[in-house]
Amino acid sequence: MKRRLVVIGAGMASGRALEHLLAADPGGWDVTLFNAEPRGNYNRIMLSPVLSGEKSYAEIVTHDDAWYAAQGITCRFGEAITAIDRAARTVTCANGTVAYDKLLIATGSAPFIIPVPGHKLPGVVSYRDLDDTNAMIEASAKPGGKAVVIGGGLLGLEAAAGLAARGMEVTVIHLMGHLMERQLDPAAGYLLQKDLEKRGLRIHCKGATKAILGTNRVEAVLLEDGTVYAADLVCMAVGIRPETRLANSAALEVGRGITVNDQLCTSDPDILALGECVEHDGQLFGLVAPLYDQAKVVAATLAGTHAAFRPVQTATKLKVTGVDLFSAGDFAEAEGREDIVFRDPARGIYKRLVIEGARLIGAVMYGDTADGAWFFGLIKEAADITAMRDTLIFGPAYQGGAQTDPLAAVAALPPEAEICGCNGICKGTITAAIGAGASSLADIRATTKASASCGTCTGLVEQLLAVTLGDDFKLPTAQPVCRCTDLTHEDVRRLIKSQALKSMPAVMQELGWKTSCGCHVCRPALNYYLLADWPLDYTDDAQSRFVNERNHANIQKDGTYSVVPRMWGGMTNPRELRAIADAADKYAIPAVKVTGGQRIDLLGVKKEHLPHIWADLNAAGLVSGHAYSKGLRTVKTCVGTDFCRFGTQDSTGLGIKLEQRLWGSWTPHKVKLAVSGCPRNCAESTCKDVGIICVDSGFEVGVGGAAGMDLKHTEPLAKVATEAEAIDLTVAFVQLYREHAKYLDRPYKWLAKVGLPWVQQQVMDPAIRAGLIERFDLSQTVYQRDPWADRATPAAQAAFAPLADLTREAAE
Amino acid sequence: MTQSWLDIGALEDIPRRGARVVKTRHGCVALFRTAADQVFAIDDRCPHKGGPLSEGIVHGNAVTCPLHNWVFSLETGLAQGADSGAVATYPAEVRQGRILLDCARLIAGRAA
Ligand code: SRM
Ligand SMILES: Cc1cc2nc3c(=O)[nH]c(=O)nc-3n(C[C@H](O)[C@H](O)[C@H](O)COP(=O)(O)OP(=O)(O)OC[C@H]3O[C@@H](n4cnc5c(N)ncnc54)[C@H](O)[C@@H]3O)c2cc1C
Ligand code: SF4
Ligand code: FES
Repeated sequence: MKRRLVVIGAGMASGRALEHLLAADPGGWDVTLFNAEPRGNYNRIMLSPVLSGEKSYAEIVTHDDAWYAAQGITCRFGEAITAIDRAARTVTCANGTVAYDKLLIATGSAPFIIPVPGHKLPGVVSYRDLDDTNAMIEASAKPGGKAVVIGGGLLGLEAAAGLAARGMEVTVIHLMGHLMERQLDPAAGYLLQKDLEKRGLRIHCKGATKAILGTNRVEAVLLEDGTVYAADLVCMAVGIRPETRLANSAALEVGRGITVNDQLCTSDPDILALGECVEHDGQLFGLVAPLYDQAKVVAATLAGTHAAFRPVQTATKLKVTGVDLFSAGDFAEAEGREDIVFRDPARGIYKRLVIEGARLIGAVMYGDTADGAWFFGLIKEAADITAMRDTLIFGPAYQGGAQTDPLAAVAALPPEAEICGCNGICKGTITAAIGAGASSLADIRATTKASASCGTCTGLVEQLLAVTLGDDFKLPTAQPVCRCTDLTHEDVRRLIKSQALKSMPAVMQELGWKTSCGCHVCRPALNYYLLADWPLDYTDDAQSRFVNERNHANIQKDGTYSVVPRMWGGMTNPRELRAIADAADKYAIPAVKVTGGQRIDLLGVKKEHLPHIWADLNAAGLVSGHAYSKGLRTVKTCVGTDFCRFGTQDSTGLGIKLEQRLWGSWTPHKVKLAVSGCPRNCAESTCKDVGIICVDSGFEVGVGGAAGMDLKHTEPLAKVATEAEAIDLTVAFVQLYREHAKYLDRPYKWLAKVGLPWVQQQVMDPAIRAGLIERFDLSQTVYQRDPWADRATPAAQAAFAPLADLTREAAE
Repeated sequence: MTQSWLDIGALEDIPRRGARVVKTRHGCVALFRTAADQVFAIDDRCPHKGGPLSEGIVHGNAVTCPLHNWVFSLETGLAQGADSGAVATYPAEVRQGRILLDCARLIAGRAA
């Protein structure tokens, strides 16, 4: 007597289960197969090649009519089951009811749709089945069509690549900071983005969709940040959700998916389930490899033999022709785990292995994935890798122990990359000079002028000599930034410019960083270099800043903070003083002090009070004094012509103008200014980073003074006749310093390296000066904003408060 | 002591490579979220001079104290490199986007 098996869903998982079941017991079952799609089983994975045009639907069918007929399966394609009656053991569809002895649920998953306004407009599709694929192919037929894909995961990128292959102009919008963040780390995500951009895709990371616009059909996509992308087609590929509606209505046990045990039985012993619709041991499934294992177990359970499902490790590959990426296992960092990182900037290769004890447990690779299968095998077998650990990253073929090449980043530069910014000399010119016989730094300086001006590119020129001449050139040892790299600060700065590196992962990959995410030494420096060089492209990373700059206040030894409002040029008034006094009372400030920088310090403020005290001070017109920043600090002034009998110019007025122009700017180290009304120098201008002394005939601008650990008198930069020129010179000097100095070098230290004559030549040249001023002002359009006002919001106030308070939580 | 998991908040409440604190009767506990979205809980007091570790720069599974740059492993609580010392660690995990902290030792009336 044949038993009746009803299967809901003719997808990849149930297809494989039926093959196993009917092969083992050909006459044992009377199978009825329902499928909501009006067709039988096909290889869903291969929809991407169908979309891109590399395959046809006929080529990806896995079970055709003849197969179903030969197996005696009753096919009910195009019929969706609407209910399960567990007591009566029947299932119901629009055309009636069918009884079962055993029921197999294999409904797969449903694409997740973000319910933004406009998500139901015609032209918005998901990417799950053949109908979706055909809809996209149809939309791409219109010449010059634009597509927006929402979601930069596996599915979204395959959809995007397919649509691009069909000639559409494609934009991918991704919520997270890098593509495929579930499978890739930021380094690999960066390389992937770069590759896809090279193929003409536009990638917008950190993009949150606000609405899909259009009247009768989609016309555009609007993001939270205000960006609008025109779209004839929108593909939403933001994730999947197990299709559990039937199981829910039938009151089966359902978590995120239909709960199944090791035998793939649901909470009803006559009902089994497998595929993406199930949850096993808290885990969901989204790739076919484990589903095929489930299929074997389902067949065994139905046949009455014992088998148990054990989830296997899965590996990911992206099916975009020409993109080589691989990820497997667990690559999160954790206790006792170690990273081995290999980067070859020249060839765009990144490999990272994660090792725990004697075993390999995770691997991420980009650019060269030939060894992926081998690593995956080691992960699955939990093989002991102790013996080959040192050379493991080079793969099975190479056990000789090559070293990563510290010169690779320089070797990888294209000939047109600029090496010497002062003289505009690019790599090709220098290598040509070496080819023509130059063999030392002096030769290069004599023939090309490179490194002959400010000298900050010396390291790079030497490395070019080493790369080109090989062993004939002995590389002097320079101090690298930190243990994450062999490059010096100056090299990193110049390479960021010449290679147009605009993100932290870009710098770390292209310059061959030896760690996956840097350390507390290099990250703040890189963050500064990137925001200084690319104010419009780079997003400041708060987590790469030192606590003071992250919290916009100076941390004290007991973990409280100090708050210093700006007093422009040292001027204040009763209203401001009253607001400060009120705040000191309201927040019970333990100490109020007049600083050495002509303003008032409120010391001992609790972190959670910061945004509140700022809001109160803001209300009186006071803004942050940046007393904590590597940025503009104070502009001290004296009373000048307004009151003083010796004053020659309006020193107070000039100081206020300078402070208003420069505040908010970030600099390699702190920058302090002063303006004194006469050579008596009451504002102590002669020991400031920029100090101006007013005289009858104009303004003497001095730079590079200091009164900290070193005491330095300023050096005269220039004497000018007008206030406007004094301001221009100051802005140009500060910008030159911002663009060239090493992180944490005060101006006097940087000046000692590049020399005053070079600085003078730069800021006195009208064209160069205008460029410096223009770039400074551009940066200020982004960075001149009061951090206090930005944090006077309820959201920021909550972020500064403890996450939870357990002090009143009852003990058990 | 048996475990006592408490839902502390959403994973999204902590910035990646950042931290937030939880106040307890035994002082603040810092909850860190790494670049890989793992969550760790350790005492928010540096054994050197009491620096608030929650304000340090997070790199890999380590944090650098903001006051004098000692580096601590977030998993073991041990000082790294040449420095020696340790901070207490507490079991914490993320489930369905929520942060669970084992508060058995934290809400007891006295230090356990
Ligand atoms: C508050 C103040 C002292 C005061 O009560 O007057 C002060 C306080 C600190 N100074 Fe200062 N400096 C203060 C004026 C100065 C001055 C005088 C001046 O600006 O005219 C100098 C000498 C001038 C100079 O900078 O060349 C000065 C030279 C330093 C130095 C040495 C810098 C150097 O390059 O050698 C440091 C250390 C550093 O920055 O690395 C420093 C560092 C510090 C720090 C930030 C130490 C730290 O890292 O925590 C102190 C923070 C205390 C706090 O929690 O608020 N402070 N510091 C002054 C704030 C001025 C303001 O309104 O912003
Ligand atoms: C474009 C694309 C590319 C992919 N690429 C890869 C890859 O490279 N590697 C990889 O491992 N995985 C890949 N996957 C995932 C893989 O396809 C799925 O893991 C797999 O198909 C899941 O199998 P399943 O049987 O659980 O569900 P499905 O294959 O989705 O089958 C479920 C079937 O059930 C039907 N159904 C649902 N509800 C009902 C109902 N009430 N009544 C009747 N029928 C119903 C559905 O119509 C569907 O046909 C990809 C998926 C897509 C969409
Ligand atoms: S002089 Fe030293 S102790 Fe005094 S405020 Fe400046 S850094 Fe602190
Ligand atoms: S207090 Fe943490 S290092 Fe000193």
